[in-house]
Amino acid sequence: MAAFKGTSTKVFGLNENRSALPYLLLLPGLLWLTLFFIVPIFSLGQMSTKVSGGETGEFVQSYRFSNYLDAFSASQEQFLRSFVYGILATLIALAISYPLAYAIAFKSGKWKNILLVLVVAPFFVSFLLRTIAWKQILGEEGPVVSFLRTLHLISPQTSITSSAFAVVTGLAYNFLPFMTLPIYASLERIDPRTLEAASDLYANGFTTFRKVTLPLSMPGVVAGTLLTFIPAAGDYINATILGSPANKMLGNVIEARFFKIVDYPAAAALSFTLMAAILVLVTLYIRRAGTEELI
Amino acid sequence: MKSISKWLSKNLIRIYAFFAFVYLFIPVAYTFIFSFNDSRKTNLVWRGFTLDKWKNPCGAPDVCSALGNSFIIGLTATVISTILGTLIAFALGRYKFRGRSGTNLLIFLPMATPEIVLGASLLTMFVNIGFNTSLTSVIIAHVMFCISFVVVTVKARVATLDPKLEQAAMDLYANEWQTFRRVTLPLLAPGIAAAALLAFSLSFDDFIITNFTAGTVNTFPKFVYVSAGRGIPAQANVIGSAMFFIALIIVIVGQVVSRKRQKL
Repeated sequence: MAAFKGTSTKVFGLNENRSALPYLLLLPGLLWLTLFFIVPIFSLGQMSTKVSGGETGEFVQSYRFSNYLDAFSASQEQFLRSFVYGILATLIALAISYPLAYAIAFKSGKWKNILLVLVVAPFFVSFLLRTIAWKQILGEEGPVVSFLRTLHLISPQTSITSSAFAVVTGLAYNFLPFMTLPIYASLERIDPRTLEAASDLYANGFTTFRKVTLPLSMPGVVAGTLLTFIPAAGDYINATILGSPANKMLGNVIEARFFKIVDYPAAAALSFTLMAAILVLVTLYIRRAGTEELI
Repeated sequence: MKSISKWLSKNLIRIYAFFAFVYLFIPVAYTFIFSFNDSRKTNLVWRGFTLDKWKNPCGAPDVCSALGNSFIIGLTATVISTILGTLIAFALGRYKFRGRSGTNLLIFLPMATPEIVLGASLLTMFVNIGFNTSLTSVIIAHVMFCISFVVVTVKARVATLDPKLEQAAMDLYANEWQTFRRVTLPLLAPGIAAAALLAFSLSFDDFIITNFTAGTVNTFPKFVYVSAGRGIPAQANVIGSAMFFIALIIVIVGQVVSRKRQKL
């Protein structure tokens, strides 16, 4: 999770001998990634243009690219929802994580390491258990709803779970450490002397933050938003547990096409579209944010 | 009055951070508290305090066989991905070679791909080549998505190493292997340990990719997900809480050890 910390742009003392050693070191790992990441992605692409071939239940290649159109038009709504929920969850996670990371990096003194462990600690309880815990805390028989109802703050018909609100906050909650840690890492690397210099030059606290701290922490913000947005947009667990059928995301559709309807080509076409859309969005975002050192 | 508002504005960010931690820990506390619930089949309503579930964590059907599978998968995937990832991180951090940026891209892409796509593509390939999904296919999948996280974690550590230490070893007639074994590896150890812990927790907690690649093999997250419909037994809360405390102890011990090493 110290992701994207030491990157390739500045590596000192590189050995430049033209030996085969680096390739030998790379070989097993890259072979694994090729066989079990690249090749499967190609199988997925192949599958996406197949059609079901009658009696045997096998799928036959027929380069039917309209699979994409069919699948997309059937689940436009969930597609859009995945991106809207993903972006909202990322913004909420950012709003919670930035001040949190800032407090840990600059205001925690000797407690710093313990607080960092505490950010990651909830991760050790299975995320499914935690999501189900939210469902029960916020659910019909849970303490929050009954408390709000006795105070007449919400009507007896209103519930918190089975709503877009529950799904989005659930997503934000689940991926929070992915946002906090990269931001913390980039804040921590800021040389305190640059902040002193700013105040020596009569910048007040807010100006120092806006002109010095914030720009210097941008690589962390970019890494954190990506690490939050990508899994959030592809998730279907939060929508299943915390949402209603009206909150289904693209992940739910893909999962159902694979396991319930057994329509592999449509599921493959949707998966491919999701991946392509996310990659395009991520590339644009990295370009805008100007942090090439992520890769 | 003025001093209160001054104190508030000075400590505003600390108060904010405090509430962020409360938010983070509410479900953890809930899971822990309900592990002591004297529940029957479901664990929704508080029925009174009991230690029964902690004394007999395997009391619910299938929970421990699922947990066992999760451990087998997690440990195997951790060992393989930590070795493969460390080798890549070392090559990237220490050598200049053709194909660097291609390698970086291949490491980055699995992290930039949603889990559901990784799971779906692996399942498609397994179906295509007629490979039956089993424990092996889950381990294959977990190693694949853990490698990238190991590489970035260890690479960060390689970048902080002073190459002069290795040069000094070479000057003292250590060959490349001895240098690696006696100098580089011990210096990288904390990074490798952190990477292994990360890989294990990613693997142990994974549901989506596992669901696509496991076939009928049950894992702990799968057990929780499937039983969510009819109510999760309190034993699952016991196991979740126990994992939480075990991991916390490992992390804290690790920090103490590395601080001691620094002092030496």
